[in-house]
Amino acid sequence: MKQLRLSGSGGQGVITAAIIFAEAAMNEGKQVVQSQSYGPEARGGASKAEIVISDEKIYHPKIVSPDIVLSLTQKAADKYYKGLDQNNGLLVVDEDLVPNIPDFPNVVKVPVTRIAAEKVGKMLFTNIVALGVLVKLSQLISLESAKKAVEKRVPPHTIEQNMKALQLGYDAV
Amino acid sequence: MTDMKLMQGNEACAAGAIAAGVRFFGGYPITPSTEIAETMAKDLPAVGGHFIQMEDEIGGMGVVLGAALAGQKVLTATSGPGFSLKQELIGYAACAEIPVVIVDVQRVGPSTGQPTSPSQGDVMQARWGTHGDHPMIVLSPWSVRETFDATVMAVNYAERFRTPVILLMDEIVGHLRENVQLPEQEKIDVYTRRQPTKTREQGYQPYKPEADLVPNPAAFGTGYRIHVTGLVHDYTGFPSGSPAVTEEFIDRLHKKIAIAQDEITHYDEFFMEDAEYAVVSYGGVARTAYEAVQQARRQGIKVGMVRLMTIWPFADKVIEKIAGKVKSILVPELNYGQLVNEIKRAANGQCEVKLLAKYNTEIFTPEEILSEIEKLQGGSK
Amino acid sequence: MEDRIYEKYFRQHRLPHIWCPGCGNGIVMKAIVEAVEKQKLNRDNTVIVSGIGCSSRASGYMDFDTLHTAHGRAIPFATGIKLANPKLNVIVITGDGDCTAIGGNHFIHGARRNVDLTVVLFNNSIYGMTGGQASPMTPVHKKATTAPYGSVDRPFDACHLAEAAGAAYVARSTAFHVQHLTDMIAGGIARDGFSFIEAVVQCPTAYGRKNKMADPAQMMMWMRDNAVMKAAWDKLPTDKRDEKFPIGVFYQHEFTEYGKAYNEVIEMAQGGKK
Repeated sequence: MKQLRLSGSGGQGVITAAIIFAEAAMNEGKQVVQSQSYGPEARGGASKAEIVISDEKIYHPKIVSPDIVLSLTQKAADKYYKGLDQNNGLLVVDEDLVPNIPDFPNVVKVPVTRIAAEKVGKMLFTNIVALGVLVKLSQLISLESAKKAVEKRVPPHTIEQNMKALQLGYDAV
Repeated sequence: MTDMKLMQGNEACAAGAIAAGVRFFGGYPITPSTEIAETMAKDLPAVGGHFIQMEDEIGGMGVVLGAALAGQKVLTATSGPGFSLKQELIGYAACAEIPVVIVDVQRVGPSTGQPTSPSQGDVMQARWGTHGDHPMIVLSPWSVRETFDATVMAVNYAERFRTPVILLMDEIVGHLRENVQLPEQEKIDVYTRRQPTKTREQGYQPYKPEADLVPNPAAFGTGYRIHVTGLVHDYTGFPSGSPAVTEEFIDRLHKKIAIAQDEITHYDEFFMEDAEYAVVSYGGVARTAYEAVQQARRQGIKVGMVRLMTIWPFADKVIEKIAGKVKSILVPELNYGQLVNEIKRAANGQCEVKLLAKYNTEIFTPEEILSEIEKLQGGSK
Repeated sequence: MEDRIYEKYFRQHRLPHIWCPGCGNGIVMKAIVEAVEKQKLNRDNTVIVSGIGCSSRASGYMDFDTLHTAHGRAIPFATGIKLANPKLNVIVITGDGDCTAIGGNHFIHGARRNVDLTVVLFNNSIYGMTGGQASPMTPVHKKATTAPYGSVDRPFDACHLAEAAGAAYVARSTAFHVQHLTDMIAGGIARDGFSFIEAVVQCPTAYGRKNKMADPAQMMMWMRDNAVMKAAWDKLPTDKRDEKFPIGVFYQHEFTEYGKAYNEVIEMAQGGKK
């Protein structure tokens, strides 16, 4: 069983990224559950999405102890890294938005928002850049599956940019 | 089976409704049920049905009851505060015997409470929310796939018994996405509403019950010119002030459901053969309970589980039976303790019944339930 | 017996009605069936939907498919019926309390949405069935059991409200002006959209007795003397208006009827019209 937590603030698209990741894992024959919690804000405020992936049927629907935490805000990083296993856990942060790296042994810093803004052209693609990062680091799903799942879930006129974002994220780590 | 899909509980509810023949949805958006309305808004017109967003929750109830009287299968969806508002016309549907499914995706209350957080706080409201005496059918699914099936079942029961049926979801299952494979349409058992068997000239009485105690009021516009009212009425459908008519009417409302209870009351038993302890659970919480029971079994604790899918009519016989077998029953609930009292009543002193309550917006962890199961071993018969 | 053709529209076995001697509700009920006759509606395709209160008991006496709903909720039920089966003609009977107090939100949104309904409001200025409590249409200074010193609440003008909320047809008449009332209702039935007709009726028992008009005939004479046809009303100087009020068709407009607008949604969803 693998457990991933994607955290940030409303509008960064972490829930969408989690749905796409879960769908790709499902297409590879895995059992998945995906859930989220969020505040009243459509933009800003805390947003958290969880994915549990297993070969067996999953009952308890939430993460018990995460394998990977992605945090796109300082607040989310500070809050969620604590649940990670000191030895095997992995914290992935946006290096610009999380300036104070938590005191944790395994941290990967990626400028996901900057990549989205500068290389894809819009900050809107931050979540898909982050998705590419997670695909590479987690080694749970293939890039190919991720591409298919992205294609299905994003608006048709944005597919090309989203593919670019996914690849850039994948290549950034 | 159709293709594997990643589907949300709320989406599965909408899909189940359409598969069961629902062609009319009226409602008012409210977290965490809104995806049901949104999915209906998109998918109902595609099958020639109607979606309408009403001015308020009460209007949402009224519009679906009107559509049901004109012959459509109907569904509305809401959550806590909206469920409170809908009670008035849920009672109307019970009295005028109008088939309708009301989905309540429970969130933390009272009042506005915690709009995006899970709860099982409406279990008693689902049964006793409206004034007066009438029974309720209440189903509470624990997975996305079962949400689809339970919605189909709810629509079928509403049509067959001519009664409001509550699909009591919770935020856990409503917002959960998981793998589902939906059945093919032709494999789904869909009940077709019964039509009058007599003409006006043959002395048709719209509220005269058949052998199953369910009447056959004709749909509006079919030439029967019937009268429908929320006043107590006799077989003709017209109001009556008679004590005898009133007594028979209230009695029949209860009995039409009671005589079918064994068909309606669905539950699962897990690891109960040799169980010395049992966990009784329902809705999204049952998923965590199951995980905890599995872990306890791995530790050698002889614990089983009963998962109630039908909350009302309550599974008296099942609880009575297991209470006679085990030393204690643990009831984890995401509320201050609601269904536990019903379980105590049905257990009738045969064993200890222990509540594990949680109401802080977070769901149980398997460890929390496991640790309570471990403590049961100290309990005495 | 030609002139009693309306009798066939009533459930004779449900009569006599429960209304008080001298009540104006029966006059409006008859005007509705006269309007149905005039517009040649098929009785088996016509549904009468009512709320709760004195007015709303009318549905039980009328030989159509009839629905006596909950207090204030007639319009949502009627909306569901019409959308589920657009072939049905749907007439709503409501009262001043039912429509503008507890049902006020449904009323304005019904008008805004513009489903093809004909709503007839029996305005007796009071909650009659429960013994004379003030409604949102009780005039200022008039007495009610819940306004024993005279009402200080400003009343609604339901016709203004309907027009402002978007109704396709708005008219008023009185129980005194029977033929005019029938014509106003017939005009509403003919309009494809949300039609609203206020029918001013006398309630000698619960309203008149408290307000020095216990005699039904006296109340009807008050209607005769104070109702002014719209054209004349428009020319009437403000200082001469006093207790007078206008009757007639106040407003009509062709808006797209909701059900027809939704048919386009169905077409789009089914991949037809883009």
